[in-house]
Amino acid sequence: MTALLEARNISRSFGGLRVTDDVSFTLGAGDRVALIGPNGAGKTTLVNLITGDIAPSAGQFLISGEEINGLSIPERVQRGLVRTFQTTRLFQNLTVADNVALAIMQRRRISKRFFSVSTERPDVRAEWSEILANLGLDRLAYRKVVELAYGQQRLIELAIGLALRPKVLLLDEPAAGVPHDEAPKILDAINQLPADIAVLMIEHDMDLVFKFATRVLVLAAGRLIFEGSPKDVTADHEVRRAYLGSYADARRVP
Amino acid sequence: MTGIATNDVPARRRLPLLQEAGSALAIAVIGAIGYYLFPDDLAFLTRLIGISFLVLSLDLVTGYCGIATLGHAAQFGVAAYAAGIACVRGVTDPLALLAIGIFAGTLMGLISGALIARFRGLPQLVLSIAVGQLVAALANKLQWLTGGSDGLSGITPGKVFGIYNFDMYSRTAYLFSLAILIIVFVALTRFVRSPFGLMCRAIKDDDLRAKMIGVAVYPRLVLMYGVSGAVAGVGGALTAMSTGVVGLDGVAFERSAEVLVMLVLGGAGHLWGALAGTIIFMIFEHIVAAANPFHWMTLVGLLLILIVVFAPKGLIEPALSLARRLTKGRAS
Repeated sequence: MTALLEARNISRSFGGLRVTDDVSFTLGAGDRVALIGPNGAGKTTLVNLITGDIAPSAGQFLISGEEINGLSIPERVQRGLVRTFQTTRLFQNLTVADNVALAIMQRRRISKRFFSVSTERPDVRAEWSEILANLGLDRLAYRKVVELAYGQQRLIELAIGLALRPKVLLLDEPAAGVPHDEAPKILDAINQLPADIAVLMIEHDMDLVFKFATRVLVLAAGRLIFEGSPKDVTADHEVRRAYLGSYADARRVP
Repeated sequence: MTGIATNDVPARRRLPLLQEAGSALAIAVIGAIGYYLFPDDLAFLTRLIGISFLVLSLDLVTGYCGIATLGHAAQFGVAAYAAGIACVRGVTDPLALLAIGIFAGTLMGLISGALIARFRGLPQLVLSIAVGQLVAALANKLQWLTGGSDGLSGITPGKVFGIYNFDMYSRTAYLFSLAILIIVFVALTRFVRSPFGLMCRAIKDDDLRAKMIGVAVYPRLVLMYGVSGAVAGVGGALTAMSTGVVGLDGVAFERSAEVLVMLVLGGAGHLWGALAGTIIFMIFEHIVAAANPFHWMTLVGLLLILIVVFAPKGLIEPALSLARRLTKGRAS
């Protein structure tokens, strides 16, 4: 079976700095993979490379075996590659329902209609109200996003991701900035994702990583230094050095 | 997945077409007030309606898509010239001239959009000025076609529906323009709430996010520019027919700047904002210019400063929230 997403020897330099250095990995159906690494390791850059926001200097990406390097951002989305953002990027002046409904209508290719009134179409409405209800956002459907708390906005990021029915979902720190008591809601939502899609999650919170991931990728200084199960990652010497290296060096200073 | 949960979202039940019917009625009432109370000013009011199409058109790209432009008169002017030239050369049916204006405006909108929507921010603004200036320069240079700086005169359209003559009191022109305004405004009321219109507002909020849900942003903006050009084209053609002349002022930079001021005054991103801004600005200008022909620009400037300071989002926002408070007070 071909992988849903495959990265082959991806590199990217900004000026002289190699922020992504010969990275290869595959995501298959049902994979739950966590991408971790110290700050500045190039995790978000890697997501931006996958989505087409920036172009790699070398290497290829494939979705279901098809090379996507030449495809624009929307064309990749249409092939099932969907991301959420580390800092929420939502349509702030639209309602929660409109945010999700637009994603649904775009997926179903009815978003170019000129004269039908959009979000209250019964079939579209049924879909967004179900997504919102499952995330506990149904009471907020007609509120403007800009009026909502940050934790709620993070859930809307997920709602939009779900509405697009992705094959590959990239979650960039979905729980970042979410109040501690609301974090479980995010994990619940992630656990409810359809079983057959591939999910790659960037996350700092190791608790969340252990609860979510079946496989862990560790990125340090743009290189993939570890790939394996969550229980092996904390024992790995190189991973410890990548995370703790600066502290170890600090001790040596007389 | 639960089916019961869908009932939790309170439904927004509204009478279909309520908003459209309300808009049509409101414009008809305002139009009737103008017709019966100011029968001597119908030529001015007709000009006002003509300009309101341009402000509505600007609202579509600036208010709904967030595109900054100071060259929007190009769409209006090209349509006015197209209708004027066609009329001088023998096409005199008002509806045919209107169609020609819409076609020319749409074409100009698509061309402008293809250039301007490629960029963002200051480059976009500068490019819009350049497009506007280019059209103005062409209108001046192609004297054999446009009349150059003398203007294109002798536009005498035939009877509307073969019955109503364009009279010197502008009654026909006024009522014809008003009827077209109602039709266009109702269509736009629906259009801005359509999936296409909603997506444009989404693009204005965050175009990268729009791309990330799979939207090809650029073609949509160009298409919106085309729609906007069609609306401006209606205004251009109507103005050419009602005034009988098309001059360089119709494509000038000042016109572009003026309509942007009207839009900001009324409130960008609302159709009613565009209409209110046009009405207030043009009536204020009309009265003040008559009362004090030397210092009227100073007074217009003062009015603008006051409005921008006290209602930075335009007059329509405070007006709407006041209306909401009043209706709420009545309900409770």
